[in-house]
Amino acid sequence: MAAKTLTIDGQLVSAEEGQTVLDAARDAGIHIPTLCHLNGIQDIGACRLCLVEITGSPKLLPACVTKVQEGMEVQTSSDRLRRYRRMILELLLAERNHVCSVCVSNGHCELQTLAAEHGIDHVRFEYLSPRLEVDLSHRLFGMDHNRCILCTRCVRACWHVEGAGTKNVAGRGIQSRIISDLNQPWGQSETCTACGKCVAACPTGALFNRGATVAEMQRDRTRLEYIVTAREKSQWIV
Amino acid sequence: MLLADLIRIKEQELAGRKPFVLRVCMAAGCVSSNAEAVLAALDRAVKDAGLESQIEVRPVGCLRLCCEGPLVAADPDGKLYKKVSPEDAVSVVKALQGEPAPVRTGDLREPFFEKQFSIVLGNSGLIDPERIESYIAADGYIALRNVLRDMSPADVISAITKSGLRGRGGAGYPTGLKWSTVAKTKSTRKFVVCNGDEGDPGAFMDRSVLESDPHRVIEGMIIAGYAVGAQQGFIYVRAEYPLAIKRLQTAIKQARQFGLLGSNVLESPFSFNIDIRIGAGAFVCGEETALMASIEGLRGNPRPRPPFPAESGLFGEPTLINNVETFANVPPIILQGPEWYASIGTEKSKGTKVFALAGKITRTGLIEVPMGIKLREIVEEIGGGAPEGAKIKAVQTGGPSGGCIPASELDTPVDYESLTKLGSIMGSGGMIVMDDTTNMVDVARFFMDFCVDESCGKCIPCRAGTVQMHRLLTKILNRQATESDLKTLAELCELVRSTSLCGLGQTAPNPVLSTLRFFRSEYIELLQPTKPSPECASTAEKKGAPADNKQVDGR
Repeated sequence: MAAKTLTIDGQLVSAEEGQTVLDAARDAGIHIPTLCHLNGIQDIGACRLCLVEITGSPKLLPACVTKVQEGMEVQTSSDRLRRYRRMILELLLAERNHVCSVCVSNGHCELQTLAAEHGIDHVRFEYLSPRLEVDLSHRLFGMDHNRCILCTRCVRACWHVEGAGTKNVAGRGIQSRIISDLNQPWGQSETCTACGKCVAACPTGALFNRGATVAEMQRDRTRLEYIVTAREKSQWIV
Repeated sequence: MLLADLIRIKEQELAGRKPFVLRVCMAAGCVSSNAEAVLAALDRAVKDAGLESQIEVRPVGCLRLCCEGPLVAADPDGKLYKKVSPEDAVSVVKALQGEPAPVRTGDLREPFFEKQFSIVLGNSGLIDPERIESYIAADGYIALRNVLRDMSPADVISAITKSGLRGRGGAGYPTGLKWSTVAKTKSTRKFVVCNGDEGDPGAFMDRSVLESDPHRVIEGMIIAGYAVGAQQGFIYVRAEYPLAIKRLQTAIKQARQFGLLGSNVLESPFSFNIDIRIGAGAFVCGEETALMASIEGLRGNPRPRPPFPAESGLFGEPTLINNVETFANVPPIILQGPEWYASIGTEKSKGTKVFALAGKITRTGLIEVPMGIKLREIVEEIGGGAPEGAKIKAVQTGGPSGGCIPASELDTPVDYESLTKLGSIMGSGGMIVMDDTTNMVDVARFFMDFCVDESCGKCIPCRAGTVQMHRLLTKILNRQATESDLKTLAELCELVRSTSLCGLGQTAPNPVLSTLRFFRSEYIELLQPTKPSPECASTAEKKGAPADNKQVDGR
């Protein structure tokens, strides 16, 4: 494969053909914030945090699904992009009930980390404060819809890696929910293999191991490596 | 079937014509006001009078003046009977023999009709949409025959390019360029998709075309399939259009029987099939990537472009996707030549556009006008202006993706660029006229309400951003908002427009942005003064009160 040379934030970067701008940036040590991206799982460009400016393109493009091109000039952190990212994070924080102090993922949460990174000390939008359920019907795992940001990493891990097809999205717009099977309690799912990949994939405290209490839910992210390499190396952990 | 057969069918059909024809509108609008009973009553009245050999009662597609339905047009005297009831049938038949008609009578030479220019609707209201012979008699499928006999796929694409036709779904992408991209993408399997998922509030152009002249769309798709090298087509129609679906099914069945669809179309080596896919009620499925996901049987979510459908579309194969009206333009372009088509309209917007004229206006209905016509001509001459005592305030085009054009800009020509300059869009063709009793903030909130409901929820700016904008608009309408809320609203508009994944989100702020631009004073009037003053006390008391639109409107 031919190598491509591009400029990211003024820095000359070489990348493999077919690589995404996000991968090329990360290889070069340039940080682009993401939430719906997870190594090894198909990218969908949904969270809009990795939007970058590309010279010559009138629209902002998501770095996770945009392929590198020779001579491309990429801006990853202009004032405008930083302002948009902050607003997107504020929208997420106002959408459901992200109360860090009583969350299992406090201190280990990607949303929390990004909010801190972007200096979010208040949210200017009205909190929607929906009343959402917590599904504790599964013997090993729990799902707290109050913490869900609908990144669908769990859905994609379940479908494309585990191949169980348990997790899915129901409803639309602000009413969207992650469901198990045909909107049954998770514990009654006949397809769930209890592999835990969805829990490992979740960026917030929405999916957790049962029994975890506030701030205890430290994810074993090393397990995620298997999501990337297991198939190539035939190392199945379950 | 060969050309000779087509001509034979046409001649037979024309030879069977009777001296008098009563054309009864059987499009959804008139059907909903009892046109089926009118049709049956007219049939009976003709039979009772023993005039079957003289008078043909023909069910036809849309006769356009929807506000006056059920409509019956009489040939050859050019009369248009309005609001016809089954009891009027006898007098309508008698009127054909010269007796005065007691029914509300109009004329097909009224300004509503005279100002129009028909290409897409050329057969609408003239032919029987459920009989392929009726379409063939109007030179139907001759364009297809010419294409298969005389033209190479490259010739067809070059004709479409030369005609200057642009996508009628709203964005106005050059159709020839799209066709040529799909044709050049190498693959053994390609698809042609017709987007009939019309969902803008107040828009019914595509429905009318499908109900009035389904064969035209099918013919356009077959020609497109030949041009780009596809063998399979899909028509995606929303489930809310049962009559359009039924007529399409009938039309596809007839086209198969006549050898116009299936293997070896018109005994040529080219094969093409069309299947119908019915939407399940999501507005976002009108967005092309979501539409294709829906055809594939997946959740109707959009995906980022590129890759564009022309490169990787349905089932990952190169796909040509055009709107109903775009395909309906194809046969006339082939028959009458691209130069003829390019001579109509403006420099950059060629041909005609069909609009669904609705709202606070004297005459509502379906219209087709040449590009470049002034909005004023549409509103005042075709539409007859505002009803008595009212004044036109704005015209909304493009539905929830469009904007409100103020009355002061009515001299704008209707073309893609001019409407975009005003912060609106051509859109698929909904045109809603508003009078001076309309509160523009309320209008913006109505469309935002629609977007909140129809957002798919995949990307956060559209999913949560529209909800926050809706809340701010409600707060403004309730007179609880301040200057800083208006600033936040503007910032949200910018965010949602710049960062949303698909067209639905990217254009969702347009109704707000355009009303902020032209009717800013209406927003300002509803704001709370920044510094509390003594007179403010009364407003503060109302703070907790629920939304009272009457109070707002009566301001």
